[in-house]
Amino acid sequence: MEILTEVRKVNVVDAPEGHRGEGFFATRFDRVIGLARKNSIWPLPFATSCCGIEFMAVMGSHYDFARFGSERVSFSPRQADLLMVMGTIAKKMGPILKQVYEQMAEPRWVIAVGACASSGGIFDTYSVLQGIDQIIPTDVYVPGCPPRPEQIIDGLMKIQELVHNEPMRRRNSPEYKALLKSYGIVTIDNGK
Amino acid sequence: MLTANQHIKLKEGELEKETITLNLGPSHPATHGVFQNIVEIDGERIVSGTATIGYIHRAFEKIAEHRPYYQITPLTDRLNYCSAPINNMGWHMTCEKLLGITLPKRVEYLRVIIMELARIADHLICNSILGVDTGAYSGFLYLMQHREKIYEIWEEICGSRLTTNIGRIGGMERDFNDIAWRKLDEFLKDYPKALKEFEKLFTRNRIFMERTIGAGPISAERAINYGFTGPNLRAAGVDYDVRVLQPYSSYEDFDFIVPVGTKGDTYDRFLVRNEEMWQSLSIIKQAIEKLEKLEDKTSYHADVPQYYLPEKQEVYNNMEALIYQFKIVMGEIDAPAGEVYHAVEGANGELGFYLISDGGRVPYRLHFRRPCFIYYQAFPEMAKGGLISDAIVTLSSLNVIAGELDA
Amino acid sequence: MITNETILTKLQAQFGERVHSPELQYHILSITTDQEHILPVMTFLKEDAELNFIFLTDLCGVHYPHRDQKFEVVYHLHSFTNNIRFRVKLPISGDHPKAPTMTTLWSSANWMERETYDFYGIIFEGHPNLKRILNVDEMTIFPMRKEYPLEDNTRKDKNDEMFGRDPKLIRTDI
Repeated sequence: MEILTEVRKVNVVDAPEGHRGEGFFATRFDRVIGLARKNSIWPLPFATSCCGIEFMAVMGSHYDFARFGSERVSFSPRQADLLMVMGTIAKKMGPILKQVYEQMAEPRWVIAVGACASSGGIFDTYSVLQGIDQIIPTDVYVPGCPPRPEQIIDGLMKIQELVHNEPMRRRNSPEYKALLKSYGIVTIDNGK
Repeated sequence: MLTANQHIKLKEGELEKETITLNLGPSHPATHGVFQNIVEIDGERIVSGTATIGYIHRAFEKIAEHRPYYQITPLTDRLNYCSAPINNMGWHMTCEKLLGITLPKRVEYLRVIIMELARIADHLICNSILGVDTGAYSGFLYLMQHREKIYEIWEEICGSRLTTNIGRIGGMERDFNDIAWRKLDEFLKDYPKALKEFEKLFTRNRIFMERTIGAGPISAERAINYGFTGPNLRAAGVDYDVRVLQPYSSYEDFDFIVPVGTKGDTYDRFLVRNEEMWQSLSIIKQAIEKLEKLEDKTSYHADVPQYYLPEKQEVYNNMEALIYQFKIVMGEIDAPAGEVYHAVEGANGELGFYLISDGGRVPYRLHFRRPCFIYYQAFPEMAKGGLISDAIVTLSSLNVIAGELDA
Repeated sequence: MITNETILTKLQAQFGERVHSPELQYHILSITTDQEHILPVMTFLKEDAELNFIFLTDLCGVHYPHRDQKFEVVYHLHSFTNNIRFRVKLPISGDHPKAPTMTTLWSSANWMERETYDFYGIIFEGHPNLKRILNVDEMTIFPMRKEYPLEDNTRKDKNDEMFGRDPKLIRTDI
């Protein structure tokens, strides 16, 4: 009697380095947590102008964003991991962006999509903030006006690398607290 | 240093009143763009509202006073960024009016094709996002694929997807190549099927109709008083279309219907935009047929060497072309002094350019007559007396694009 | 169907010398008037049964620092029934310019006048809510006036020599 078996190729994420044995697998906490976090980032699309329309194209079915785990975009900062600032931020909008960033819970990352969010873009005027890093700490900058969807996905993959490799104690380190304090961002740790 | 909360100011008697103040925006999923509405609600009903804008003010008019004429085209892209080619063509036509350039028919028909594709792209987003706001996400995903096809057509012509900077003062920068014609034909074959599917999903859908009929109505007299133009005015019953009344770019050669609604509510606006998409498809087909019948099959720009950049081969070999290239790139074109007002039918209404030139290399004053800015003033009056969910759906159907609001 | 000449004749018959300097530029006729007569002129244009300019297309301001009358408010009107556009200009003198409001005739003038106030500082008397609309509320200058620069000069991170500017000539208070 022949038993026919089918070999199916399934895409799985690579396991982290660790020690494997009969029925157990030992590795470091931050490797596993980094792996889980990087494949389920929930973004907050803070879309203000033209780059927001390119983000809509990225969320569409052609350049599917959901395959990176970002199926559920959250508009509430309390439930989001990644703040995607897309579009020009004017000085009138600055305090609102800062308030949204402060409402996010740790761990949180910020990606500046587009030339206007990175550095003011083509609008070197009296009313435009020349880059969001004047008011909030930023992790990844994606240049372009507007950047192609492939570039935005590249930016997200760099965030994924950052998330994957982040050590557990980073958010409690004095350098990070000093960074937030230099921006005037109030958290539980650095107090009022 | 900017601190959070410094923009929140409570007034006298604010804590004792009986209505609740609700802040919709500027960072809100349902307002597509950054503008704010502070509404007073009594339960779920809206009693009054104030609209605040300016959260993306980029000072276009001030920038335009410091740039030569062809460097203002990328600025106009970012006005209504969902249909950027219409803004570009409007600006080029304003400059051509000032400089006294007339274009060959073939160029004008090519421009009509691009502008109607842009109109389809904008109405497509508006209607599918209206569907998303009522809770139906699939319509958006199905139609967004076809917006990608339009992006690919524009990419073949000018190199860029969204903020196109398409065309030049005096014509187009290059002729459409074979790939662009092939993609255009495929689009004309595939899109009607998708649009029909979309209509079957929404137009006679009972939930959609109950959400949108009667939401945010406006009468024709109030709409004219508020300066509405475009699909919002046509949904209220007034058939004003700049392409028909004051035709530009050979629109008088085309045969199309201008759809008009009756009550001016959200459902009428949805239907008017849908029908305009069908009319745009018919205009593109007519333009392709007319292009076949023209004898002139090669020209893509007017013969104005002092305003239109010459070909690179000419620049390297011909003395006059080198001088013209130098003058145009340095911005020293000879523009006459004068005042021009030119309006095009943008996707949201009459987009006007008021240009005052004093004969120098930059405009003395350039003012954009932005349709979104003018009709958004009426939103508190349209939302008054309705529920919050009606206000959200009304806001979505007005198609307010933040770039055009603030400029 | 009326023509530009009809509008001019009717206006001059009604207002005489107060409506002056007619100019025809690229098919649009424009006339100039002064502060006391702008509201009667606009009311006449809107309510006359034959002219019927029921649509205010645009309202903007212009700054001419080298002229006597430094500021100007330009109105564009459109008559749907006659398919004709018209332009009215109102020059204003002085450093604190004022003009009457058009919100009683057309509601669309509300935000357009706020924008003109925001950019040029022209105060529209009778406006229901004249405050800044596009810039931040705390701004003290009127940025579209010709004496103010385009860029924000309080930035420390731009190297002026690279841009060919003399740092001593640049105002750093705005």
